[in-house]
Order: sequence, then structure tokens, then C-alpha cells
Amino acid sequence: MNTKIQHTSHAPALRNVLEASQLIGGHRPWPRVVVTPELWNTLTKGLVDGAWTLLGLWGEAGWVHLALHEAATGLIAVASLPCPNERFPSVGGAHPPAQRLERAIADLVGLQPVDAPDSRPWLDHGRWPLRHPLGMATRATGAMPPYRFLPAEGESLHQIPVGPVHAGIIEPGHFRFTANGEAVVRLEERLGYVHKGIESLLAGATLERAARLVGRVSGDSTVAYALAFARAAEAATETDTPDRAHWLRALMAELERLANHLGDIGAICNDAAFALMLAHCAVLREQVLRASAACFGHRLLMDCIVPGGVVADLPADGAKVLRALVAELRRRFPPLIELYDNTASLQDRTVGTGFVRPALIQQFGCGGPIGRAGGRVFDARRQPGYPPYEQLKFEAPVRTDSDVNGRVWLRISEAQQSLVLVEQILERLPPGPVRGKLNLSGQPSEGMALVEGFRGDVLVWLRLAADGTVARCHPRDPSWFQWPLLEAAIEGNIVADFPLCNKSFNGSYSGHDL
Amino acid sequence: MRKLLFQNLLRWPLTVAAPAPSKPALAELSAKVDRAARQRLGRSLAIREVDAGSCNGCELEIHALNNAYYDLERFGLHFVASPRHADVLLVTGPVTANMREALERTYHATPDPKWVVAVGDCGRDGGVFAGSYACIGGVAEVIPVDLHIPGCPPNPIQLLEGLLALLQFQKSP
Repeated sequence: MNTKIQHTSHAPALRNVLEASQLIGGHRPWPRVVVTPELWNTLTKGLVDGAWTLLGLWGEAGWVHLALHEAATGLIAVASLPCPNERFPSVGGAHPPAQRLERAIADLVGLQPVDAPDSRPWLDHGRWPLRHPLGMATRATGAMPPYRFLPAEGESLHQIPVGPVHAGIIEPGHFRFTANGEAVVRLEERLGYVHKGIESLLAGATLERAARLVGRVSGDSTVAYALAFARAAEAATETDTPDRAHWLRALMAELERLANHLGDIGAICNDAAFALMLAHCAVLREQVLRASAACFGHRLLMDCIVPGGVVADLPADGAKVLRALVAELRRRFPPLIELYDNTASLQDRTVGTGFVRPALIQQFGCGGPIGRAGGRVFDARRQPGYPPYEQLKFEAPVRTDSDVNGRVWLRISEAQQSLVLVEQILERLPPGPVRGKLNLSGQPSEGMALVEGFRGDVLVWLRLAADGTVARCHPRDPSWFQWPLLEAAIEGNIVADFPLCNKSFNGSYSGHDL
Repeated sequence: MRKLLFQNLLRWPLTVAAPAPSKPALAELSAKVDRAARQRLGRSLAIREVDAGSCNGCELEIHALNNAYYDLERFGLHFVASPRHADVLLVTGPVTANMREALERTYHATPDPKWVVAVGDCGRDGGVFAGSYACIGGVAEVIPVDLHIPGCPPNPIQLLEGLLALLQFQKSP
């Protein structure tokens, strides 16, 4: 934990605010404290003032937990509020980024946010056999009233409902557009279609099964999730992971980032009808996946990272395969960047499209390429940081244009940085074992981790029971703080530019719906 | 752009040779699909992909079928945007309770004769998500399934082997 506190604003530092609260033992690596409703409201006010950023908000029977990050000091903390009456003061009332998280808590745990501006269900579509599966579960009785979409009033407005089954090979979700001619007046998302009850399946699971489950919260980010889960389990049990495992994990994480960014760059251009870019980027992406399979046995690297280390070491020819991959990408990628840069008709579609105000990005604590393309300097590899990134030289590019074009360029720069990182890791990979045993002490313990996936910061919070099984685990996808901004990004754009905006976000449905 | 296009004319194609149709898939199909339907479907199949609860892993690999290495269209198989245009529904995921109706409606919107291919371990029996309050289970719990392609996720070659079995099966009398 960073203990230096810089008083950069008038607001009191998070550490001082939480000082008097009761610290929960065995929560690592960051503190967790029990707070009063008054202090809870003070924390909400700090969120509104921008003194700290919302990292997560989740519940369990009788409790809500609020994870915060104070950028100025680097402090991360969890505030837990007891809810004896199944109610808690709404954070979302004053701080909109918390609204959907609160609606999810009401659906899953049954705790009601008091004075919340939006009391509609979010993940519960009235199709489950029970209600409040993570709280005091009861049998679902009676049909749920139809979902009320927010109104948009005015002359000659029309609605376009899209989804949940979309036209492409993508995940399901519903978009309700209200348009005036071609211009979008309002977009409202309705998600939750791929809710699989993962948190419920995690409760009581062995660490091994839990790692497989968390690795499938969002299949495209399986490395990031498995890494976050492993790090949370290692933090909870105070296990030192072998050095080589850290480096191999970073290698996998960068391969995943590279593959996804290449896929996204191609897909965004394809949605502007520039299929050539997709064809070429898809070839490069395929090469990354093949190299991943050759080195670690799975194209998407599923189940390669486990609590304690990694499943298998790099094979004898692994470094050679990856060096050849980097060389090939260094040869093939630059002409594609040039192609993007020189195609005015393509940029005509991307420049200025889907602009998100940087103030909104700050407010929502939006991470990943969307956040960094909108001026938010945050990368979990840097802060809070985790090994081996502190020993690696890389840039975390930041832009301020905050449009589709900016997000394309940001991904291009990050993909290039991933190449630099892969090379460095291969160069300096330390020797030694790749997997150790967890120190399961027979005591309940709690751990937490924040990991930079290709989409942004993935948070995993974990409580282990005395027997080493999972008592409660909450994975929070970066998309929670990105999806709402898509609604803002599309405002004033034409309907036909929605696919472009949506692809430039590439939010996760599965990661969000859990 | 011209330079890039020209260079590609001179490069060898990246496309891999077609794998043999999967034997288990052929066996499963012959047990299920009647001959009349086979003859009516012809040799070019339009596929509509439906994510009914997947983690997105299967979608990534299904996407890969369209890249230059696997080039699905050379077999007469192509993805379409609407179930109305589809002969085959390619369904992924441990059908979630929240997606059940959408999947059923997509199925009914697809004209007969049609085939349903359940992709991935989740599509077969719910996979790692089996037993959840929010999941129905395999695709066959909701709509009739003609063919299963297992894997978590199945890689593009495994997907090709399964899909080619569909074509092979149509040719056989």
C-alpha cells in the first residue's frame, strides 16, 4: 500500500475519512472497513466531488460493499455498510455511475437503495425461478410487470428496438433508440440477457472450479479474469507466487491484449464498410492465437493461470515461436496503420463520431482504451500496479480526442506497446518454478485484485471460507463503467453510426451480466 | 491500399486445407435428420449465429471461421443477419433463462427445413454453468438440436469439421 498522502485538493484524503472506522482483519492487500450510514454518505459525496473513483459496489446478505480508488494517493479501500433493514443509502442518487450496480444489488441480494432515482430491475427479467439469489432467496411468484423504457418526448420521434439477438456474431443485449429522422435522440440499453448466475455458482466452489468459472466470466478476457482471481486468492492467503509465474502471466496478458486489439481495430473499420482492414487484422489476430496455442495449449489461453502460478511453463521452442510472431507483426502491422491513416473515406466515418466528454469519463471512472482515449490516465498495470510491470518499460498512451478515431489509435498504440512488452518479457524471463502451493491456513480470509485487461480494469473480490472454498466472490467487469457512456456517445449521431460507436467501445455483455 | 492489395496477389494463400468431416458429427446427423430435409436444403447453407448465454469465447472462434485461414465461404457456408434467411442456427451458451424466449422466437422465425447446431460444452449441457438458477442448460432443452460441436470453446478446425459434416451428409443419399 502506498502510504504517502498528498493533499492536492480541499477534500480530506480517503485515508483520513476512513481512519476512525473499524478495520476488518484478514482483508488483503488493501484495507476493508466497516462504516456508518453517515460515513457512507460522506464517501458518496467524495465520489461526487471527484476526490475518489468508484471501483465497485456489490452486496451480500445484510451488507453492501463499496470499493474506492483515490488516484492522488493510489489508495484503494473497501467500505462495508451493514444493512439490518435490507436497505442502504443510495450512492447512485448523487453519483450516476453507481445506479446500475445498485439495481443489480437489489435484484441479486434484495437490498434496496434508499432514494435511488431508478428502481427498475436490471439483471432480473422475471425469468428466474427465484428472487434475490445471493441474499434471502425466495421463490419467484407472479409475473414481473413489463420493463418501462425511459420516455423521450417531442414531435416526429420514432423508436427502433434492436436485439437481444443482433445481426452479427455478437453477444445479446437490447438497444432502444429514439430517433428524430436519422439523428439519435436517446439510446437506452437493456442488458442482463446473458446473466448466468456466476456469483451464485462461485459460492461454495473449490478454488479450482472457481478459477475455471471466473475465467469464463468474459471469454475474451479470460487471462485478465483468471489473473485477477489468482491474485485475489494469493492476496487472501498471503501466498508468494514464483517470480517466473508473474512474468509468464504478463506474457499471456499481453498476448490477450494484442489479439483483442487487433480484432477490434479490424472490426471497427469493418463497421465503416472497410472490410480490407478486417481481413488483414483477422489474419494477424489468428497468428497471435496460434502462437498462444503453440506456447500454452489454448488459443484463448483459458485455464492457463491458476491460484499459485501458471499451469505450464513455456515450452522449449516457445520463445522462438513468440519472437517469430513479434517479427511478423512488426512487418505486417505498420502497413495497416498506414492504411488507416491514409484512408480519408474511413476517417470521415471515425473522426468526431461517438464523442464522449472527458468529464463523463472521469466521473464514471471509465477504464481501458475508452478511458485513455478520453484523457483519463489510468492503467492498473501502473497503479496499483502488479509484478512484473514495475520492472518493464512501456508507455500507457493517453489521448484527448475521445471519439471513434481516438479509440482506434489508442488500440493501435497499445498493441504496439504489447509487442514491446512481449519482447522484454522474453528477454528477461527469470528462471525457476512456475507454480507454488497456496498457504491455506484454515482461517477465513479475504483478498482483492485489480488487473488491466484489454478492455480495462477487472476487479475481483474474494472471501475464502476456513476450508479453502469460496465463500463469496464478486468479479466486476470494466464494462459496468463503459456501457452507460455509450448512451452518451451516440447522442446526436446518426443511427447508422451506432455499430461504429458500439464496436469502438466493445463492451462485454457476459462480463457485465455475470 | 493498392500496394497492399497488389502484394497480396503475390503472396501464397493462407487458407488451410479442408479438414475431414467429423465422424461423430456424421453419426449424430444420420440418426436425426430425415432425408427429405436433406434434399431440400441444397449445398449452400446460410447460418444464423445465436448467442444464448455464452461467455463470448465461442463467438470469437466462430468469428475466426471467416478469416483467411479458415475461409468458411469457400464451402458454400455463410453467415446471415436474419433468421428469416437462415438454414442453420448455430447456437452457443448454456441457454440463460433471460435468453430462452429470444432463442425460441429466433427458432420459429427460421423457415423450415432448418438445422440447429449447438456449439461448445455449454451448448451441450450447460458446461461449467450447469446447475445455475439462471441457466436452462443445453440448447436441446429449449429447441431441437441436430448436431453438437463440443469444446470450450471449439477451435475453428473443430467447428469446420462439424459444419462440413452437415454438407457431407447432404451429399450422401
